[in-house]
Amino acid sequence: MRLLIIEDDRESADYLVKAFREVGHVAELAGDGEEGLSLADGGDYDVLVIDRMLPKRDGLSVIGSLRDKGNRTPVLILSALGQVDDRIKGLRAGGDDYLPKPYSFAELLARVEVLSRRQGGREETVYRVGDLELDRLSHRVARGEEELTLQPREFRLLEYLMKHAGQVVTRTMLLENVWDYHFDPQTNVIDVHISRLRSKIDKGFERPLLHTIRGAGYMIRDGVR
Amino acid sequence: MTAFGKLFRTTAFRLTLVYLLLFALFAASLLGYFAWNTRRLITDQITATVNEETGLLTGVFNRRGLRGLVFAIENRALRPGSNLYLVTTPAGLAVAGNVGSLQPGVMETTGWSETEYRRLDEQDKSDHLALVNVTELSNGFRLLIGRDLEERHRIFGVVASAAQWSLLIVVILGLGGGIFVARRVLHRIDAMTGTTQRIMAGDLGGRLPVGRSGDELDRLAENLNAMLERIEALMNGLKEVSDNIAHDLKTPLTRLRNRAEQALAKSGSEGDYRAALEQTIEESDGLIRTFNALLMIARAESGQARDNMADFDAADVAQGIHELYEPLAEDNGLKLSVQAEPAPLHGNRELISQALANLVENAIKYGQPKPAAQPLGADAAAADRTVLIEARRDGGRIILAVTDHGCGIPEPNRKRAVERFVRLETSRTMPGSGLGLSLASAVATLHGGDLTLDDAHPGLCAMLSIPARNGEGLAAPTPDVQQNGA
Repeated sequence: MRLLIIEDDRESADYLVKAFREVGHVAELAGDGEEGLSLADGGDYDVLVIDRMLPKRDGLSVIGSLRDKGNRTPVLILSALGQVDDRIKGLRAGGDDYLPKPYSFAELLARVEVLSRRQGGREETVYRVGDLELDRLSHRVARGEEELTLQPREFRLLEYLMKHAGQVVTRTMLLENVWDYHFDPQTNVIDVHISRLRSKIDKGFERPLLHTIRGAGYMIRDGVR
Repeated sequence: MTAFGKLFRTTAFRLTLVYLLLFALFAASLLGYFAWNTRRLITDQITATVNEETGLLTGVFNRRGLRGLVFAIENRALRPGSNLYLVTTPAGLAVAGNVGSLQPGVMETTGWSETEYRRLDEQDKSDHLALVNVTELSNGFRLLIGRDLEERHRIFGVVASAAQWSLLIVVILGLGGGIFVARRVLHRIDAMTGTTQRIMAGDLGGRLPVGRSGDELDRLAENLNAMLERIEALMNGLKEVSDNIAHDLKTPLTRLRNRAEQALAKSGSEGDYRAALEQTIEESDGLIRTFNALLMIARAESGQARDNMADFDAADVAQGIHELYEPLAEDNGLKLSVQAEPAPLHGNRELISQALANLVENAIKYGQPKPAAQPLGADAAAADRTVLIEARRDGGRIILAVTDHGCGIPEPNRKRAVERFVRLETSRTMPGSGLGLSLASAVATLHGGDLTLDDAHPGLCAMLSIPARNGEGLAAPTPDVQQNGA
């Protein structure tokens, strides 16, 4: 995956470039809004990571001009202004996702990976992971021969996980996308939902599909890679 | 600026000047109108008298001839304060009358004219003004009858001098009043300016002097004082926040630092380092959460979140939060239930959700029933383990309440529990930032409502009470009742 990071704080930018490279992505760097805009305009990137506050040209204005030119590259906004209103403002300006600072790299990576695949996105009606099958139209879920009964919210949780099968999905992403809440719960409320779902789809089966990724979140994938 | 310059620049003084000018003009035109009317009245009177006498004397002449006329005129002319009379021959010689001299040419033209004259019996040499009427009698004789205009002149003089004096008085009183009012206003404004300067210099406790008259300046001062009150409260809040940040964030930061130092000091295995680093990350995540909660509270308290307000139903929020926390409650051995009626709100859905979530998290954390001294019936035990989320409408307000049957908060501590960072002694051991209730309270305040904590006998009932959306029907829409013809 080719990434462009537009971030003026040299240290965190270098850290990001290094960290992305370590997990096998190509990350380039722009230090201000103008440079970022010209690079993003010319280059072929899978995802742009843009800081909200940049010298020379504000992050939102960079996104605005890109979108005006018809550039649809997914954008993740990084911002120290981590409040709900700022998030909404960022998304309205044409951003695709928003991550308040400070963030964990695992969270950023998970979101960037989800964004990069969204363009090609899995929008088929039936999701399959191993012998687990989820039909989005008939709301039917089955593992092997066995039909599973899920609560509506469990269904949506599983649907989101399966849509991003093979990708790490963080707790915040689940809370945002399945429940549409943008605050941090002080408790492990998401973990409890996951463990319920896990008991329904994995319990009694030899190969678990729903995995906990330590320090990051969850991933659904066929046990054997 | 000189004292007078300052005085002159006041609005009160300038207004006084404008009013003064207006009043002077008004008085002048009033007096002018009066003078003009008086003059007309006098002229009319004279005209009427003269016309009457002219008719009378013409009659005398016609009946008794010149002799009769002369006799009648001599008779009248001798009365004190009489009119002016003059009869001339066709050659212009005076035959009878009391007029000594006239302006030349007056007798030649018949009809009305104003002329200077001198009476025959008068000793002084000064000329007077008179309004005269010249009539042609038969045989070329002419009769002049007139009336002195001295009276008119005198009245005019009285009016003119009255005008002068009153103008002078108006100006003096006006200027004096203006200066008095302006000085008074200036004095109060100076007092206000002094106070505001002190406040700007940093003394936020300063308040503007408020008089007892309740006039516009007092009202202004009261409003400004209320504003200062709010600013001071906000500033104090800010100070409190920074003090609390210093206190409550420094503790985990110190822990973090100590741990890192310790890990560095003792040369341990990779596993030790890893454990220390993981703890560091965990600790910093906690710090970030606390920080976010603080920012959220600050934002809610400052009213910034008003931009994102929309219409929504609080019942949906209650259902949503119930759905989210139900499994967590169950894992903690509690039963989370919900009772939600339509409750239309206008507000920030995200913040209201978070406030309710905080209350539910608290209820789950502290809602464990106390171990009963005596075994209770199964029903009572089940009731004790229930945490109830309610959304309902109560008159003009929307109530979002979370009730648990745990240890509750003793009455004296309830108010303190809402304050930032206050974690009551009994809860020190539980995880959390101590900001949940403060955030819920700040969110309620942002929406014009409040957060109250009540005894649930036993347990705690935390209640968000927020004004309902305006313009929504107070009663739930009733289904149409079929009218039966029978």
